[in-house]
Amino acid sequence: MIPSRIMYHALRFTTYVLFGIVFLFLFSPAAAQESGRAVTDDEVNAIAKELYCPICESTPLDVCPTQACKDWREVIRTKLAEGQTEAEIKAYFELQYGARALAEPPQSGFSLSAWIMPIVLVIAVLFGFIYYMRSIRTPQSPQASGVDESGTLVQDPQIQPEPDQDDYVARIERELRDI
Amino acid sequence: MSDTVDPTAIETKQPARFRWSVVGAVVLVVAVIAFLAFGMKSAATDRPDDVAPDFQMQFFNGYEWQDTSTAQLSDFKGQPVVLNFWASWCVECKIEADLLEETWQAYRDDGVVFLGVAYIDVEPKSLEYLEEYNITYPNAPDLRSTISSKYDITGVPETFFIDKEGKVVHVQLGPVNETMLTGLIDQMLAAEVQG
Amino acid sequence: MLADLGYAATAIAFLAAIYAAVAAYYGVRKKEGRWIASARNALLITFPLVALACILLVLSILRDDYSIEYVWRVSSREMPTYLKVTALWGGQAGSILFFNLLLTGFTAAAMAINWDNQRAIMPYAIVVASFTLIFFLGITILIENPFVRVGAATAEGVGLGLLLSWPTTYVKNLFFRPEMLPADGNGLNPLLRHPGMIIHPPMLYLGYTGFTIPFVFAMAALIAGKFDEGWIRTTRRWTLTAWLFLGLGLILGGRWAYDVLGWGGYWAWDAVENSSLLPWLTGTAFLHSVMIQEKRQMFKGWNVGLIIFTYILVILGTLNVRSGLVSSVHSFAQSNIGWFFLGFLGFMILFSLYWIVVRYDQLRSKNQIDSFLSREAAFMLNNVLFLLIAAVTLFFTYLPVMSELVTGQRMTVGASFFEKFNGPLFAALLVLMGIAPLTMWYRTSIRWLRRMTFGPLVAATLAVVILFILDVRNWLALLGFWIVTFSLILTIFEFIRPGYKRVRNKGESPFKAVSGFITQNRRRYGGYIIHLGVLVMAFGIISTELYQQETQIRLTRGNSVPLGEFSMVFNGVERYPGPDDLEITEASVDVFKDGEFVRTLNPRTELYTRTQQPMTIPGVRSTFTEDFYVIMINWEGTSADAATFRIYVNPLINWVWAGAFIFLAGTLVAAWPDPAEDKIVAAERSRRRIAISGATGD
Repeated sequence: MIPSRIMYHALRFTTYVLFGIVFLFLFSPAAAQESGRAVTDDEVNAIAKELYCPICESTPLDVCPTQACKDWREVIRTKLAEGQTEAEIKAYFELQYGARALAEPPQSGFSLSAWIMPIVLVIAVLFGFIYYMRSIRTPQSPQASGVDESGTLVQDPQIQPEPDQDDYVARIERELRDI
Repeated sequence: MSDTVDPTAIETKQPARFRWSVVGAVVLVVAVIAFLAFGMKSAATDRPDDVAPDFQMQFFNGYEWQDTSTAQLSDFKGQPVVLNFWASWCVECKIEADLLEETWQAYRDDGVVFLGVAYIDVEPKSLEYLEEYNITYPNAPDLRSTISSKYDITGVPETFFIDKEGKVVHVQLGPVNETMLTGLIDQMLAAEVQG
Repeated sequence: MLADLGYAATAIAFLAAIYAAVAAYYGVRKKEGRWIASARNALLITFPLVALACILLVLSILRDDYSIEYVWRVSSREMPTYLKVTALWGGQAGSILFFNLLLTGFTAAAMAINWDNQRAIMPYAIVVASFTLIFFLGITILIENPFVRVGAATAEGVGLGLLLSWPTTYVKNLFFRPEMLPADGNGLNPLLRHPGMIIHPPMLYLGYTGFTIPFVFAMAALIAGKFDEGWIRTTRRWTLTAWLFLGLGLILGGRWAYDVLGWGGYWAWDAVENSSLLPWLTGTAFLHSVMIQEKRQMFKGWNVGLIIFTYILVILGTLNVRSGLVSSVHSFAQSNIGWFFLGFLGFMILFSLYWIVVRYDQLRSKNQIDSFLSREAAFMLNNVLFLLIAAVTLFFTYLPVMSELVTGQRMTVGASFFEKFNGPLFAALLVLMGIAPLTMWYRTSIRWLRRMTFGPLVAATLAVVILFILDVRNWLALLGFWIVTFSLILTIFEFIRPGYKRVRNKGESPFKAVSGFITQNRRRYGGYIIHLGVLVMAFGIISTELYQQETQIRLTRGNSVPLGEFSMVFNGVERYPGPDDLEITEASVDVFKDGEFVRTLNPRTELYTRTQQPMTIPGVRSTFTEDFYVIMINWEGTSADAATFRIYVNPLINWVWAGAFIFLAGTLVAAWPDPAEDKIVAAERSRRRIAISGATGD
């Protein structure tokens, strides 16, 4: 229906756009570090967001309402005013309160497995799935292009199935078969 | 289309592989249950009631033990130890602060050791608290919360009384009072060291 | 008096469940139908008995009967009536009784509805159903008794000791009369004092308990060794019902969190939230893979395994929630019942595993596919993705426990971590959602696929380019919008194509055409409506996750703060007592958009004076395009001259709720009983009965 030349160009265009998106991802600038003398609440929260309250039940530090958490946010503010970086502040919290104060597992020691294992799992499962699919693939006659909803073999790929009729027809056919 | 059961046809193809899979599945199930059991056990409070777990302290500046900046609990074996968990944000800790300091002064020459551990606290505020109550016995921050997790405390203040052999004789949840404090210390001092 | 009656009713239900298991087993061994019928009746009466117990407990709460410990614990005199009713499930013991109500309800319904069409496997179904009932009713009777009197010595000890001390505890409780009754109760946890409490827990529990019935039928078919077509239809229908409620519960929980908890979000990947998400994920996988079994009789073992796994996840979830195994904001007070749940979980896993092994040859079906580009393959990929998400979620939920095992320290796995890994998997699912309806059974021609996806591909790309020109530069957002647009167009075409054909061929009006083919094939088009809902939700989720703006600032009276196109002026704070033991501190703020006044909002803090527990309630202005969401964090001075506010602008967040609504509508369409299908089923059934009676010469 659509000339293959136009199809070709359109697909090329799509590919360029998708590549462009990937390019953006790879080369987007990292967030700039800001540390001034007057530290805003937002700067404090940006770091507090990546920490968890050490004594509450799974509550991030930026939304925790207790007095202790308010004190901790003040610690972040003081450290930011001193010019400490986000990494240094997070390291301080980990040293003082342990790994549970961090929102994401640190990238060292056992915690590294928290990052690696899921990736390994996903890749392993996907490969296993492809392998399984290949092992159960038993292609039928090359002429057949597939079965549409009503169970009839579709010889011509141009023929489009009619989904609204088919299950009704299928049910009636099943009934007729049983009689 | 119904399939009825054929009791003899349990293992028809590749019995060895099948058997190993079953064994593997059972092992996996047992491992999962054991894992969950461990998780539940560690989630439950498990205060030490016999041997006091050893730990390391890195003292606050000015609150060292005999001018050494670090010490282990085992360094104090042979002496009774009063281990007190507190925090600057803890309201009830302030009730017992003066009492602890006074008792320390009274018993330090008898060889009793008072140790304070600041639980999930902020260093400047901890130091302020110690200054406010004129504490002089050794104090350290609970870095990485390792000490409090070893002792599985459920809150502050909590005080552990550890005798000369390193065994926990009593745990006080909440502030201590004078009678209990002096009574337990006298008891620990009087006890003979075995062996 | 009422308490003893309620306890007795539950105890009788417990004994009835035991009787049902024994009678059904005896009946099937001796091939005597009357024992099986008796067992069925025993299960049927458990429901009215437990319902009576629940009514009595609620009555005690409404009458402020503080001689009962549970009533004291969860209620207080000044609580409004609707909260007193919801207090039935406000604490551990009562919520387990409520859980039992729904369990017995579903079991009784299954006994009534499926007695005829699943007669062959019914005895085994009764036995397996009894297992779950015996356990949960046993917990209520022996360990977490909501009818125990205040001050009566509660059983001490763990595990077996707890169990063995029950007789003495019970007798003591029966005759115990407290010297002084408390004047007033403790009151419900403030976090629960909200209209959301009316439906969120019941929906979730309906979902949880609902999944026991498909499990029961799967195990019954396994034990009996009978897997006929009717079984898969029965199991699918029950799964869809439970899945509907669970989905509703999850959505309502998110909405409640957003409205009340004041952290500007709706899903935190919290351990308890994940516990209810996991069976939903495996349930969704099942609802798709079951179609392969219906069409091509393949993957029987896989489907049985999925249902069993879903049920195991439900039990695991209840274990997690009630034992505090992984820390969560949802956790009930820790008690010792976790160990009993662990024992029950182990038993059910081993029991299921045993029967899977014994009937293994029955479960093996000759699985084969003709092409990777087939509907079978698409559904299989769907299952793989859903199970991967479930595996990742399961792994991260229990990672804190794992880390403690290995390093001695519990680590925290925050929401951002879950999103990093589940995000791409969900994205893949969204793409699959668009393409899968195009696939055909056995084999799809590549030319056909290419032709059908070409238009949407280009359209999605154009849409993204337009967004880019409109200054949307976030690569994640662009990718996400591309995927959503692509699948959205494909899904809409699934409605347009047949509708267009009907309009052209039959001359029907578009509306009649669309409703026509939807009614004729509720399952398929209900499913496509669900997909539409999910895509709308995805659109909202991507926008609000990636483009949320927030700020926190201290404002003095009369001053304003800008955020995006908005600005907000702080007017002042007012304090006044509220209903239900509250002290309310309410701020007044004026919201402006592009310089023009929009609305006055009133974020407030509610303090429950007795327990001194504060709740921050946000002030929200919702529109189609975004929410302006403000919380008052702090106020200063007796005259409240200054206050600190946290403000969020959540773009397109209401699309999430709109999409959820479409999702639910689609589920209702899919689940709606089809009169045509029922007629065919009834015809098949009567034909079978004639054949059987013909064979036996009745």
